[in-house]
Amino acid sequence: MAETRSLEGRAPAERPLSPHLQIYRLPLTMLMSGFHRISGMGLYFGTLLLAWWLLAAGSGPNGYAKFQWFSGSLIGQLILLGYTWALIHHMLGGIRHLIWDTGRGFGPQEREWLAAATIIGSLTLTVIVAAISYLAMGGSR
Amino acid sequence: MSAVAPKHFRTPLARVRGRGAAKSGTGDFWLQRVTSVAGIPLTIMAIVIGMLLLGRNQAAAAQILGSPAVAIIMVLFIVCIIVHMKIGMQEILVDYVPDESTKLTLLLANTFFCWAVGLASVYGILKLSFGL
Repeated sequence: MAETRSLEGRAPAERPLSPHLQIYRLPLTMLMSGFHRISGMGLYFGTLLLAWWLLAAGSGPNGYAKFQWFSGSLIGQLILLGYTWALIHHMLGGIRHLIWDTGRGFGPQEREWLAAATIIGSLTLTVIVAAISYLAMGGSR
Repeated sequence: MSAVAPKHFRTPLARVRGRGAAKSGTGDFWLQRVTSVAGIPLTIMAIVIGMLLLGRNQAAAAQILGSPAVAIIMVLFIVCIIVHMKIGMQEILVDYVPDESTKLTLLLANTFFCWAVGLASVYGILKLSFGL
């Protein structure tokens, strides 16, 4: 809380501040912590796309064609790829958090391994999903 | 004195300041875990459903999305992620927005956004299911 001086009416002592982000080197675990939050925020706004898709499916052929035009465009494809990656990454990161919730996985090697597994796993699964989707759509057209 | 069970666990100083434990703080924490556990199978199923619908026209997409099993899974998925993301965004706002009035405004916006997008999505699925 901001109010630290009221206890004895004194100004807080000048204490050295903890070093911040720009001082530390960036470990993978820290990067994955940031990725988890950023992917969560991406998914937050991505739900607009999900809502559009579901409403478009019920709005008739014209409405759905508009959505398909967007999702088939280059920007649409990139957004969908990013959304898929964010979804998978956030899910794997979430599994890591659930492991931590049980009190496990905090060891020096374990946490590095978990962080690496999150990013390698999410990239691999995203490539697999994208490849299957690409082939299902008939490859390059 | 010691035989009487305490009615609250806030220190006298915290009471005077009007701060201290909000008492329901673990509610959001637990709900975030419930929705993350539920979200694992639901997300996998939603990705598979999305892939099944790739390239299909509106009639086919509407038929698949409106079929009972798919519709129920999608409604569960949406309710789960909307609850989860509302708590998540709330946590981010509380962490990073120091100004009280800006924070309150954004917390309101978060609530409105989540309800609006969530209900619109659920409406979209139910419309397909019930053929309205």
